[in-house]
This record gives sequence, structure tokens and C-alpha cells, in this order.
Amino acid sequence: MQRRNSRWLIGAGLLAVGSLTLTACGSGSGFGDTATNTDGKLTSDSSQGLNILIGSSGDAETASVNAAVAAWSKTSGTDAKVSVASDLNQQLAQGFAAQKPADVFYLSTDALAGYASNGSLLAYGNDLKNRDDFYPSLVNSFTYEGDFYCAPKDFSTLQLLINTDLWSQAGLTDADIPTTWEELATVSKTLTTGSQVGLAIGGEYARLGAFMAEAGGSLMNADSTKATANSSENVAGLQYAQTLLNDGVMSYASDIGAGWGGEAFGKQLSAMTIEGNWITGAMKNDFPDVNYTVAELPAGPGGQGTLQFTNCWGIAADSPNQAAALDLVEQLTSKDAQLTFSEDFGPMPSIMSAADEWKSANPTLVPFLAGADYAKGVPNVKGSADVVSDLNAQLESLNTGDPQAILDSVQKNLEALLK
Amino acid sequence: MSTPVRTSRRSSIRGGETASGWLFTAPMIVLLGLFLVVPVLMALWVSFSDWNGRGSPFAGTVSFVGGANYAALLGGGGLAEQDFGTALRNNAWYVLLVVPIQTMLSLFLAVLVNRQILRGRGLFRTAFYFPSVTSSVAITVLWLFLFSSSGAVNKLLAFIGINGPNWFNDPSGVLHNILGVFGIESGPAALTGNSFLGISFWEWLAGPSVAMSAFILMAVFTTSGTFMLLFIAALQNLSGDVVEAAVMDGASGWQRFWQVTLPQLRPTLFTVLTLGLIGAWQVFDQIYTGTQGGPGKTTLTPAYLSYQTAFTNQAWGQGAAIAFILFVIIVCFTLFQRWLLAEHAVSARRMRLYVQAPTSGGTK
Repeated sequence: MQRRNSRWLIGAGLLAVGSLTLTACGSGSGFGDTATNTDGKLTSDSSQGLNILIGSSGDAETASVNAAVAAWSKTSGTDAKVSVASDLNQQLAQGFAAQKPADVFYLSTDALAGYASNGSLLAYGNDLKNRDDFYPSLVNSFTYEGDFYCAPKDFSTLQLLINTDLWSQAGLTDADIPTTWEELATVSKTLTTGSQVGLAIGGEYARLGAFMAEAGGSLMNADSTKATANSSENVAGLQYAQTLLNDGVMSYASDIGAGWGGEAFGKQLSAMTIEGNWITGAMKNDFPDVNYTVAELPAGPGGQGTLQFTNCWGIAADSPNQAAALDLVEQLTSKDAQLTFSEDFGPMPSIMSAADEWKSANPTLVPFLAGADYAKGVPNVKGSADVVSDLNAQLESLNTGDPQAILDSVQKNLEALLK
Repeated sequence: MSTPVRTSRRSSIRGGETASGWLFTAPMIVLLGLFLVVPVLMALWVSFSDWNGRGSPFAGTVSFVGGANYAALLGGGGLAEQDFGTALRNNAWYVLLVVPIQTMLSLFLAVLVNRQILRGRGLFRTAFYFPSVTSSVAITVLWLFLFSSSGAVNKLLAFIGINGPNWFNDPSGVLHNILGVFGIESGPAALTGNSFLGISFWEWLAGPSVAMSAFILMAVFTTSGTFMLLFIAALQNLSGDVVEAAVMDGASGWQRFWQVTLPQLRPTLFTVLTLGLIGAWQVFDQIYTGTQGGPGKTTLTPAYLSYQTAFTNQAWGQGAAIAFILFVIIVCFTLFQRWLLAEHAVSARRMRLYVQAPTSGGTK
């Protein structure tokens, strides 16, 4: 009895201390109130340097961004420091919760809605001097509830990669490069041998979605206000992919012992793959001996179609020096900077005025940029990342699944987000 | 009731020691309070609030939403409930297999390396303990290689004529696969038609997926060594005379283990089961570095789901709510197991068997 009593006392004491501390936090001036500037003017406390947080793909990207930021820092006279995040989402979240976020940071399409809805982001899109130079579909991807939030950093599209050696070994010529679904099925069959499959892709929406786009469908409309997941076009896209899988002419990369489409393609486990322009870096570093060419994806019943992926330069609403941050972003999205980035680590510039120079610098990769004309973005409504990961889980067993039932469940989940 | 306590303290000759006792423990109490109790209470508040991740959760803009976050997980009917149900299903199978297997294996290994006649005992002890001191991230990466579709494990299986599964990419449930061998591809309507936490009873009974089975093997591999150490320590503490007495009474080796040694290991068994249970319900690093919930969400666990919901999906309240539901589950399991392993009073009927020693057992 005695021991129990004292234990309760200690417990009660701890609780009391705990709740006192909590109340202190709540009413304290330290990190309690959210000071938002509502008059529309940018903060410009020039005594503060800028912190830039990036999720880097490797040393080349880090060095390139560092150089670009250092150059801006020199001309503008504002200090700027680039940090590489090991887990970007987590580090951003910590910054926002502490109200000391990085001033400028990489932001993905699926994270936009969450941060925009809680007021963490500065909606500076319309203040950009080069606003009208960005591809409209990219602007759409970073528009949330009518506000253009952040400048697209760069973008990528999916296209068809063909192993030219395996291609000619199978007796195929340039004239055989598929332009329709039927032709894709035919060449995949020709290229499928005992040791290799015609086409290998990652078994996820971010690849299979290209077939939906070719059929003329997409998960949501362009500004993510309406769910269109179970449209007959999307069903047709998945049914086509299902046929290829069940005919054995297309495989998921994971089913043939590769981590992603690029690895299957590089190891010559497949003669073709569907990937974005990021694959060029992997091919150069890991599989320099594989000769390949890039072709536009074949047109489906809905014409040409592909998916595009992009990130933007987010600016924090809590940044003390938003004006400088905006200036930095304008510099980083300028033609010269984007062409340098492209040369250093491969992404495609997000502005139309850089297209011609990029095409002449990268003649073999032109199909990727051509995709910008008909590419569709991925949904960016809040919570869509969860819906897409649920879809991915279902697509893993597409070969035995029912496309209509899969897309019906996606439709239900997306509609729940819009309520 | 508390009056005598107070008087005895006040009159105690050692009264001053209480104060210095508190003084000496104060730094630890403050540290634990600041870095453990306060954050836990903050998280508890977040789980009942609509905090959106910006600024302090105690700012004026954050409001109390009652059990809304819990309701969305436990009966919302949406994706959140379905994901939570899936995560619980996966982790329940994981616990059901990992805890008994690792306990039995570690006890078995402990008994083996505890034998005096074994040569090179030190070597075996080190070898069995080695996986436990290696970082779980490193072992996860090793496992990903071993269990890749063309990895060492499948090569070995191919050697004996078995076509191994594509381990970390195979979302099919092991029990479903076994039933499939007998031609049962889909469950009866009673199981498929009704559901709990957004997934049907047939799906609950899927068993761990092939991918999760690889993680189960890994958990057994890495933790058995630690628990073996606990069992060795306990075995070395046992006095030889009890066993000697049993030998005198003519008990066989098997009987001695089950009826003499094992009952004496009860406190250690409790420790091992409790630690195993808690660790198995909190599995996170393997999932984070290995599969991130895939394939087909079959390695999603509540701990990883909580992280994902909060940090990736920005649903902080829901993420915290998952953590607290997990906390309640772990506490319930521990209490249940404590009750199960407690030394129950001998019933009157059984007591009659021990006429010679009527007080044994009951007073402990």
C-alpha cells in the first residue's frame, strides 16, 4: 500500500509538471504565435542570409547548385548557404514546425498541397519576372486553389528507350520504331527471347500511367479539381498493359531481378524500357557499354501521351528575406542557369525559351522535351500521394487484377480527398 | 490510510535521506521529464488536435478535435482506416511468428552453448551474438541482396530444385499460398464479405506476405543472439542442487528441462517475451531502409505508417493517433502476458495432491 501511494504521488507530480510545461509552451511568446504577413508585401530583412535546402541526386547536382548559388550570392551581396537534406520531407517538416524553415527549398508536386494548405509556403508564382516563360502544364502542377505557388525547377517526361544492338540483332530497323500500340506489342514480341524480355518497366503508376495518358485518360483533370480515375480511357490503358504482361512481352523490372526499369535495361534483361531523362546519368555511369536510342512513346487510342514529373523552388512564408529568395529563384530558373544545370546533371529546363538551345545541345534526347507538348502531370491534391501508393500496391498484381475494379477504388479514394 | 505512512516518515530517524534521495535523482527526473514525458504528452495532445505541422501545436490556431483522428483510423471507412488495418494485420502476423520463434531459438541456443562439455563455447557464443551487435540497417541491406530474385537464397533453393519466390517483391500471403496449393483460391463469403478496419477477414487471414516472411527471418536472426545472452545468464544462476535432486528422483534429461529448468527461468522468460513483443510491434528501421511498406503494402507496419502519415502526408494528428493506438496495443499485450506467466495460487483441488507440503507455492 505504502509503495503504491508514493508511486501515485510521483506520477501525479510528473503529470502536473508536464501539463504546466505544456501550458507554458502554449501561452509563451517563444514559438507560439504564427505571424503571417497579410499585406502581400515580401519580407526583406537583408541582414539575414538565405538557407537553401535541396534533396540532391548526387555530387554533380550538389556542386552545380552550390556554384549557381555562390555566383548569385556574390553579385547580390546576400549570404546564401546550400544544405543537402538526407530526408527532405522530414527536414522540411521540422523547419516548418519550429517556424525556422529553410528559405528556399526543393518541393515535390505531391508535397505542395499539404504545405500550401497550412500556410507554410509563399505563393510567389505571379511575382516572377519570367512567369510566362514556364510551360503551362508545369504551372498547373504548382497551382493550388488558384494560386501559382512556386517556380518549376526543371522537369522530366517518360519516353521509350531502345537498346540499339538488341534491336538490330532482332532484324529491326529504324522504320520499325513503334508509333502505335499494335506496333509496340509486335516489336516487344520480336524482342522477347529466352534471356530477355521485350519491354521492362517499373510496376507503378509513374510508369503505367503513360499508357493511361496514351489512351487519353488521367487520374484527375488538369487542375486537380475532379477525379477521373475510372474513365473508360484509363481502363483501356491498363487493359493494354495487362495484355502485354500476360503475353510475356512486357515484365515489371522487379520480376526479372532489377530494382527499376533503367537497371533492367542496362543489364540487358530487357530490350526496351519506359523511363525519364534521368536514366541518361545511370546509363553513362553504370552501363557505359549499352548503346541505346530514345523514341517518343507510341500513340494510343487517345493520341500521344506521357507523364511528366517536376519539382519547384519553394519559398517559406516564414522566411525573413523573401525578396532576396525570390531574386535567387529568378536567377536559378533563368535560361543560363537551367542550361548549366542540364549540362551538369541532366534535367530539362522548365522554361520554353531554353528549349531550342537544349535541343541542339542534346540532339539524342529531343523526344523527352517533345513530350512537354502532350505530357500530363500527376495529381497534386492533398493526400493524393497516399492514393497513388495504394494504386501502386494494386498495380503490382495487375496481371491477375481487374483494371476496372482497381480504378474504381482509386476513384473512390480521390473523391474522398476532394470533399 | 495514508496517515500512518506520513507519521512513520516524519518520525523516521532516516527522514533526511528522503530529501537527499530526491536531490540525487532530480537530474534524471528532469531529463526524463523534459525529453520523454513532455514530448509524449505533447504528442498525446497532437493526436487530439487538428495541428497541421506549422508552428507550435499549442498556438491559438490549433483546436481540439476530440477523437476525430482516432475515429478516422478506427472507423472512417476511408483509405486511412484501410491502411491502418493493413498495417495492424501485417504486424500482428509478424509478432505472432517472430516472438515465439526467437524465444524458442534463443533458449535452445543458450542451452546448447551453456553445456560444459562443448568445445569452443566462446566462439559459438560470439557467432550467435554477432548479428545482434550489427546495425539493423546494414543487415537489412544484406538481406535485400540475399533475398533478391537472383540472390544467394534463391540460388541455394535452385540447387535443391526449388524455384524460389521473388522475396521482397512478392505481396502474396503465405497462408493464402498454402491454401492455394489445395485449390482454395478465394475464401467463403462469410470471410470475404465481412471486414474489420477496412480489410476483409479473408485478407486478415492471408498470413504474412512472402516479403514479410523475409523480415521475420531477419528479426529472428538478429535478436536471438541478444536473448540467448539473457538466457545464458539465467542458466548460470541456477543452482545445481535442484537439478541434482531431480536426477536423484530419476527424472530424464527431457523432464529435467521442462519441469525443473524451465520453471526456474520464468522471470527471464517474462523479460525476453516482453522485450520481444515490444520490439516486434515497433518494427521500423527495416521497413524504412528496406521496402517502405511495399510490395502491395504488405510490409507496412503501424510504426512506419505513423511516420509516413505525419511526415509525408502531413496528417500529424493521425500520425500521433496511430502511435498511441500502438502504445495501447503493446501495453495490453504485456499485461496479458504478465498475467499468463504469473505464478497463480494453487487451486484447492490440486492442493490435495501436496498433503505433505500444504504451503508450497501459495505464499510466493
